[in-house]
Amino acid sequence: MPGTKEIRAKITSVKNTQKITRAMQMVATSKMRRAQERMRAARPYAEKMRNVIGHLTEANPDYRSPYLQQHDTVRNIGIIVVSTDRGLAGALNANVFKQTLLLMREWQGKGAAAKLCLIGTKGLAFFRRLDAKILASAAHLGDRPHVKDLIGTVKVMLDAYCDGEIDRLFLVNAEFVNTMTQRPSVVQLLPVQAIDTEDLSDHWDYIYEPEAAQILDSLLMRYIESQVYRAAVENVASEMAARMVAMKAATDNAGKLINEMQLIYNKARQAAITKELAEIVGGAAAV
Amino acid sequence: MADPHTIHVDIVSAEGEIFSGAATMVFAPASQGEIGVAPRHAPLLSMLKPGEVRVQTAEGSEQLFFVGGGAIEVQPHQVTVLADTALRAKDIDEAAALAAKQRAEEALKERTDHITQAEALAELARAAAQLKIIAKLRKVRG
Repeated sequence: MPGTKEIRAKITSVKNTQKITRAMQMVATSKMRRAQERMRAARPYAEKMRNVIGHLTEANPDYRSPYLQQHDTVRNIGIIVVSTDRGLAGALNANVFKQTLLLMREWQGKGAAAKLCLIGTKGLAFFRRLDAKILASAAHLGDRPHVKDLIGTVKVMLDAYCDGEIDRLFLVNAEFVNTMTQRPSVVQLLPVQAIDTEDLSDHWDYIYEPEAAQILDSLLMRYIESQVYRAAVENVASEMAARMVAMKAATDNAGKLINEMQLIYNKARQAAITKELAEIVGGAAAV
Repeated sequence: MADPHTIHVDIVSAEGEIFSGAATMVFAPASQGEIGVAPRHAPLLSMLKPGEVRVQTAEGSEQLFFVGGGAIEVQPHQVTVLADTALRAKDIDEAAALAAKQRAEEALKERTDHITQAEALAELARAAAQLKIIAKLRKVRG
């Protein structure tokens, strides 16, 4: 017969764990909301950028920016993988990594090797074990990633593209569909896919300061950076949503465990009382 | 567009919208010198230097915004300032890229680094705790 004291201690310990998971759930909920706001805030910039770039490429068809140039044979691909810094977020990172591995295998079939750029410590820990070539990494971006922390990482990949080290650049991150669903998404960053302009009839050109080519290149660079930034922010929102759901499940499970143990505790307690009674009655009868 | 005497100004950065509204005049630190943009200005596209963007709003007040660089796009009734949130220069970018590369190399070098070790220990502790609970529950039931 186990002591009632031990069971009680166990219940207290599970209750404490439950308190932690519940707190984490609430923190994740509020952080998710803020991350979603940041996601929204990043949208106008990307849209305006798209418009300007679309116009620029149309007005200057003779200039081919290195970022727009298609490499005919693909020998190497680059993948920017966005993952979280911390765990306890369900299968979020695992799904992103699985998608990345699928992408790598797909291109391996076509004879292209992958070179990776990893954002987040989880990605680094995972791909380090594999035989993948890692070009650059950034970690500990926190809950509020900043563009300035991503510039270097993105530049490594852009330079690699311009130097012909990689012939395609992809971006993999956890897309925030809604609170319950986050799915891995793969986007091609380079070469930049043709941006369609809505009003082709409208023929006019800018006055450029300095020349158009230089502006186009630096705008494209910023455009790609903003896409990576968006991915990083979206990943934070996904992380928080996944953690929220995971912690809710953990809290519920702890509740179930407590109920179960409470039952066992009651039984043990009752058994002890019955036993004691029987002993007293038996003792009285003997006297 | 609505009023021919004003120009719509949007100042956006990658991390958020900074300003949006009507203005009678906009000044910006273009790469070739400061420019002033009045309504019905010819289409212009220019890079910006770090400096301040001044917006004279339709209400008559003047607002100042600091930009760390970026680009300005002017259309007859629309000005868009794509502001950088970070200070950019070729050598700063270069240094950041180098740092990112080094981080990757370092991470590859120290394969038994303390983060993974800590993770393994945590995993072990969790597994041990689970086993303990199972054993205890079994003892209670059996």
